[in-house]
Amino acid sequence: MIYSPSPLAVIVFGAFVAFTLGLSFYFARRTRSAAGYFAAGGQIHWFVNGVAFAGDYLSAASFLGICGMIASYGYDGFLYSIGYLAGWIVALFVIAEPLKRMGRYTFADALNSRFQSRAITLSAGISTLVVSVFYLIPQMVGAGALVTPLLGLPHWAGVSMVGAVVMLIVVTAGMVSTTYVQFLKGSLLVVFSAVLTLMILNRGLTTQPEAPGFRAPRVSKAISPVGLPYFKQLTAEELGLEGEEVLQNESPWSSPYLETRNLETGRVTVWRESPVMSRNADGVLAAEAGRVKFYETQTLTVLPDGKRLVNGLPQGHGEGETDFFPVGNIERLPGGETATGAIGPVDFFSTLEGSDILLWKQDPSKYPVSIDGELATTTVYYPQLTAGTDVLLPGKSPTFNGIRGDDLMPKLNFLSLMLALFGGTASLPHILIRYYTVKDQAAARKSTVVGIGSIGFFYLLTLFLGLGAMTGGVIDPTSANNNMAAPLLAKSFGPLLFAMISAIAFTTVLGTVSGLIVAAAGAVVHDLMTSVGRMQLTDHEKVRAGKLTAAAVGVLAIVLGILFEHMNVSFLVGWAFSIAASANLPSLVMLLFWKGTTRQGITAAILVGMTTSLAWVLLSGDTFTAVYGLPAENAPVPFNQPGIVTIPLGFAVLVVVSLLTRQTNSKAVV
Amino acid sequence: MAPLDHGPAAGGADDTPREQRRNARIGMLLFIVYTACYTAFVLTAAFAPQRMATRPWADINLAIWSGFGLLVLALVLSLVYSWLCRARGVQ
Repeated sequence: MIYSPSPLAVIVFGAFVAFTLGLSFYFARRTRSAAGYFAAGGQIHWFVNGVAFAGDYLSAASFLGICGMIASYGYDGFLYSIGYLAGWIVALFVIAEPLKRMGRYTFADALNSRFQSRAITLSAGISTLVVSVFYLIPQMVGAGALVTPLLGLPHWAGVSMVGAVVMLIVVTAGMVSTTYVQFLKGSLLVVFSAVLTLMILNRGLTTQPEAPGFRAPRVSKAISPVGLPYFKQLTAEELGLEGEEVLQNESPWSSPYLETRNLETGRVTVWRESPVMSRNADGVLAAEAGRVKFYETQTLTVLPDGKRLVNGLPQGHGEGETDFFPVGNIERLPGGETATGAIGPVDFFSTLEGSDILLWKQDPSKYPVSIDGELATTTVYYPQLTAGTDVLLPGKSPTFNGIRGDDLMPKLNFLSLMLALFGGTASLPHILIRYYTVKDQAAARKSTVVGIGSIGFFYLLTLFLGLGAMTGGVIDPTSANNNMAAPLLAKSFGPLLFAMISAIAFTTVLGTVSGLIVAAAGAVVHDLMTSVGRMQLTDHEKVRAGKLTAAAVGVLAIVLGILFEHMNVSFLVGWAFSIAASANLPSLVMLLFWKGTTRQGITAAILVGMTTSLAWVLLSGDTFTAVYGLPAENAPVPFNQPGIVTIPLGFAVLVVVSLLTRQTNSKAVV
Repeated sequence: MAPLDHGPAAGGADDTPREQRRNARIGMLLFIVYTACYTAFVLTAAFAPQRMATRPWADINLAIWSGFGLLVLALVLSLVYSWLCRARGVQ
């Protein structure tokens, strides 16, 4: 879809970014030391830090990715909400207080509190860099997805803009400004998501959403085809398609597609056959035997010169042009109602369970079509009637649909992801360094509780936001990832709310990216340069080196954000969690709970966990398809998510290497 | 190894070793409670997904109730932890 910028949205957005930058410059004047730059001098109030945790954590993955995934597939996106919050339990109950006690600036500090080992510092510094970069990719992809409808800019421009603004923020003031940006954004995100949820419930569920540009797809009368090829005998009259004529021999389309031409305008429409679905006596949505009907589809044809035709006309908003219409609506509400009116949260779900929803799919085939003698390819987007009960259960999305089958591998893939989400939070460098911005362990504990409260409340809302978008007539049928579902849902309530939500979402990306870049810069300067490289830097030089590193990481993030444009941000974050949990969790946990841990054990666990999880991700079926353009079947690893193999492997390596080296260390001490 | 320069970020009033051990015990107990619930949820979704479709209350399925339940439980346990640690600290 082509988006036109809304002046109000641009003004509100500009004001937000200007305020964020102003805040950053203000704190820049107060940041003089390395402690101030990398850890805010340890003087942030626990409540501010707690909300900033929410700001850090509720990244593009949560707001854009989870809501988008729920809008596309229903409950499966909510599994990420559950896993992400569960990770905070590990952080609060196991990691937070000891980590605060042991460290100063970085994750490596904590691991090194007992050993003072350069090998640990080196491996932990590299691991921080790798995880930060992997976590940066989805944030930048989210930024691009956000700016497209807001400012009408292409994806690469959005990514570059975020990169530039973030670099400006980070090189000016470091952790202090990052913390206050996160506090501001965390508060606004939770508050406005709550407002949006209340508006969804107040509007209720309807079969005819009033979103701008939305219309339900046209549908033919149900017919009972007799004999084959019955397509060649169909007439517009028989199908109840008034004003259309069915194109038979002159049409390139064949079963399950049918082409018609409007008698008045001459516009062609492609229709897709679908079984007639109705609820049986048990309330289960099932196909009626021998009865079909045709749904209107939307098509995208790409000509050899790159020009794009939507439903046969040039894509655009000018005369003689057209664009995709937004989709996603309830076709049938329980009891044949057309609207529920204002609805409570419990009724919201029970009504959806009894409803039938039109979800749009993309036909994976590319159909060759001859236009003016030139061969073009056409992609078809079509509606599919889906039971509400189906979207409110796990296993609807391609990521998780294997859990509904009998094969063990997809189930292991699911368990692997849920394990990575559980263990990943407490292993993320930009979350870990936030424990150093408060003054003591009690403050670390209290800020984590505030963080869990804010984050948990937001995640409760994600299901309402995602399902509201799914049924609100705001979905872009061509978007495979639906990263923009939540802001577009806000747009259906008016331009001001859209502008606010988009600006907050953009600040979300700014804040998270800032935090990640500070974490990466801290690892390079504090761990790699001064500790491992033994470079003698003054405080001022450390800050300057940190800023230069921040700029370099920012440029890298921009490039990767452009390359990974078409992937769902939540999915990408799943990778970052897997790598973080595999590389960092075994060392953190064993250092706290096993006295036999040695420095060689920690170093080996980090390096093995990081390299194996990274290798697994790069060799997975999803990467083969989405990044290399190769068939997923060629992937050498049996499932996509590495955590269930590489996290235990990290623990095993740590134990074995520690046992093997314990004696050596004892002798060395003696 | 001077360049490593470890130490707390700021000189706050850290818990005493005794308090630290007690907090760790409480934390571990609550962690086990939550982990058990999370594991049950994940295993049910993976190996008995049809059970998630049952509707125990208010015509809403178990998947939604258990998902919301885990989110609320995390908040409740974190409050309990915070309260237990603080209450004993005062004593």
